[in-house]
Parts: sequence; structure tokens; C-alpha cells
Amino acid sequence: MEEQRYVVFMFPSVSYALKAEKILKAAGIGHKLIPVPRHISSDCGVCLRTTEDKQQDVEVELLGRVEWNKVVLL
Amino acid sequence: MQLDQLNNRIIYFDNAATSWPKPVGMMAAMIHYNEMIGGSPGRSGHHRSLAAARIILETREALAELFGCDDSLRIAFTKNATEALNIALSGILNPGDHVITSSMEHNSVMRPLRHLEAQGVQLSVVSCSGDGRLDPDDVRAAIRPQTRLLVVTHASNVTGTIQPIADLGKIARNHGILFCVDAAQTAGALPIQVDEMAIDLLAFSGHKSLFGPQGTGGLYVREGLEKQLRPLMMGGTGSRSEFEGQPDFMPDKFESGTPNTIGLAGLGAGVRFVLAEGVTTIRSKEKGLTARFLEGLAALPGVTVYGPPDATNRTAAVSFNIAGVSSSEAALELDERFGILCRPGLHCAPAAHRTIGTFSQGTIRFGFGYFNKEEEIDLALEAIRSLAGA
Repeated sequence: MEEQRYVVFMFPSVSYALKAEKILKAAGIGHKLIPVPRHISSDCGVCLRTTEDKQQDVEVELLGRVEWNKVVLL
Repeated sequence: MQLDQLNNRIIYFDNAATSWPKPVGMMAAMIHYNEMIGGSPGRSGHHRSLAAARIILETREALAELFGCDDSLRIAFTKNATEALNIALSGILNPGDHVITSSMEHNSVMRPLRHLEAQGVQLSVVSCSGDGRLDPDDVRAAIRPQTRLLVVTHASNVTGTIQPIADLGKIARNHGILFCVDAAQTAGALPIQVDEMAIDLLAFSGHKSLFGPQGTGGLYVREGLEKQLRPLMMGGTGSRSEFEGQPDFMPDKFESGTPNTIGLAGLGAGVRFVLAEGVTTIRSKEKGLTARFLEGLAALPGVTVYGPPDATNRTAAVSFNIAGVSSSEAALELDERFGILCRPGLHCAPAAHRTIGTFSQGTIRFGFGYFNKEEEIDLALEAIRSLAGA
């Protein structure tokens, strides 16, 4: 079985990441807030990690409700 | 209860300065943060740091619900309404701009405006009626081509006079002028809907009718307006740390430095209390207490009451004077003899006292709150009767 890959959603700040967390919890989409990986950015904040297959579901939920900067494949 | 039984208790009528008591949940939320969470919100990413940031988000969301604001991130936290007003006024006005305000403003609006006036901002202070009411037609008449901003208190901290905010918002919007509302006296006590009232900037206090602790307040900024608004302070925000320029997005642009997380935990509990009770219920109770007090005062000879004659167009702040007794003497007597705590003097609002004709003597101000009782109003009326020698 192929190993599932992760993507991370990068937000302007932690307030946005937490707003996204709340929306995804309500929608029942699996995710985790993690510190921003150093190789992606030197930002000291957090980002939202989910599996690659859920990226589109997450985008649909967040669109128009909370802004994100970019999505990066880990 | 008789007055002489009051030795060991107080009647707290200074809610217009800061509310007391607070709902039990307020202190519980602060203790919970301190004992169970700690952590600097949005700075470190560990689970306690995230838990702290979640508390702040919950508080923001409760306020957004209260003010009818779609996106809670439009609200930036400050240490009080004064800081929020300073961000709004200093952040938007430039030399050559014209700003309109009323003659009933608190110094939290007047002092920043006088400072800006000295730097080349044109200022019009529109006179209010003797009971403190601002006529929207007078505001319309003061508009010039350079008018950038209208800033008005939602209700006077001296007379409690409620200004016609929705009408003023409509005038500002129709003329392409920004509208800033000082809701220090009204957030939590009167309904506020930022979209319906066409409010661009709303400054609020957390420790009055929102039942938070002192050291909390905030500023709502209409979508897109943050790009034009300069911050008062710059610094660390936990976001965009690789850049040395201040973030330009809400709320980080106006929230530099570690926030008052423990205070905001308390404020969140206070706002949730307001939402659970309902602003309509709170308003109805406070209006009833105010009406009872106004009726009682009207029956006392030698007592002058300022502001609108009935409780409909005013908040629960009532200013009055007793013939032959200065406001400071009266306040001292009320405190020492009757355990009634209130505020005498000019209430940081000299313009308002000029408007109602009490600049030299000041007034005694009673600020009723949701937790006051009719019995306390009746005892206070008895005490005032005694001071008036009636």
C-alpha cells in the first residue's frame, strides 16, 4: 500500500489557523495543527496539516470563510 | 432594609466607570487559564500555546456574534476603549483631513482629536442640545469636501444620552465619510449591529457592560479599512516572523506584543454571559432601574437631573446635582454615610459638561448595572432626600 502523503495549509497567523481548525472540526475533516516546518518557512507560527487526499475537502470548507496563504506538500 | 443596616454593605452605582460585581464565570475563566493553560498565544505552537490562542479566538467570536460581524478576525484587542479610539483616530486622519465630532465626547475622543488638530487636521465639534442629543441635520451641515471621518459616542458617559447612531451612520455612508463609534458605555448594554448601523470603526471597553476585567477592550475594523489604518504600536505578532515589516492584516496589524490572555479569558466569559442573558433583557432591566430612579428624583425638591427626561433615550448613567451641596461633598457623604459608591465631578468629559451647563460644578453620576436591585434604588433615593434636606 502506498504511504499517504501530507500537505500543510499556511495561514497569515495563528488566529486564522485556529479559525480553520474550528471549521474543519465541525465538518469532521481530519487534520492537525503543527509548528510550521523550518524548511518551509522561518515563521514561528503554526500550520494545519492534513492528508493529501483531503486537501480539496479542506479547501472547499475554508473558501470564503478563512483566508490561507498557500498549501505545501510535505 | 434600613439605611442604618448598611454599614457592612455597599451599593455599587459606579458601573459607568467599571462594572461590579462580575458574573461568576469571569473569574473562573481567568483562574482556569492561569492554572490549566498558561502559554503565550500564537507564539510557540505547543499545545498549551494553542490552547491559549483558542481562548482568544473564542472571545473574538463571542464579540463578533454580539456585534453582528461575520468575521471575528475583524476585531483587534486593545487594553481599553481609549487605545482603540487612539488607533482609529491617529491611524486614519492626516493633516488637511476634516473630522466631525459632537460636543458630548469623552476625553478619549477629544484629546486625540485636539492633538491631531494641532498637527493640521481640521476639527468640527457639533453642538448638542441641553440634554446631550446630537441632531443628525447639524452633522450633515458640518460636512465639507475634505471630511474624512465622523466620530461619535454611542451614549454619553455623563448624561447617558443615546445618540441616533443608525441615522448618523447613514449620513456618513451616503457622503463617503468613515464612521467611528465610541461604544465604551454601550457595548453589552444596548444592541449594536455594525453592518445595520453602517459602522466602519467600533471602539469598545471590555470591563464595563461586557463584564470583563480591566485591561481589556478592542476595535472592530470594517473589511478592507485596515489597509488605510496606521497602527499605534509595532512589534512581534507571532506571524510573518521572517519579515521586519509590520503585518498589514487583521488583527495582527494592531496586536503587537504578548496580549492580555488572562484578561481576554475573563472577557470571553463576560461576553458569553451577555449573550446568554440577551442584550434586550439586560437593557430592559437597566432601563427599569433608571426609570425608577428618575421618577424618584423628580419628586425630590432641590434636585436637578441632566439628560433626557425619561429612560427611553438614555443608558443607565444618570447625572444630577443637589442644591447647596457640591458633587464631591455629596459623593463623600453617600460613600461614608450610606455606602453608596458613585462618581462626582467632570467624568473626563469637559465638553459634555459645557453642553449641559455644569462645567463649573460637575455632577454626581450614578451608573446602574445589571446586578443592581430596585431596593438599592429606593435606598439611594432616601439617602439623596436626606442630603437635600427635603
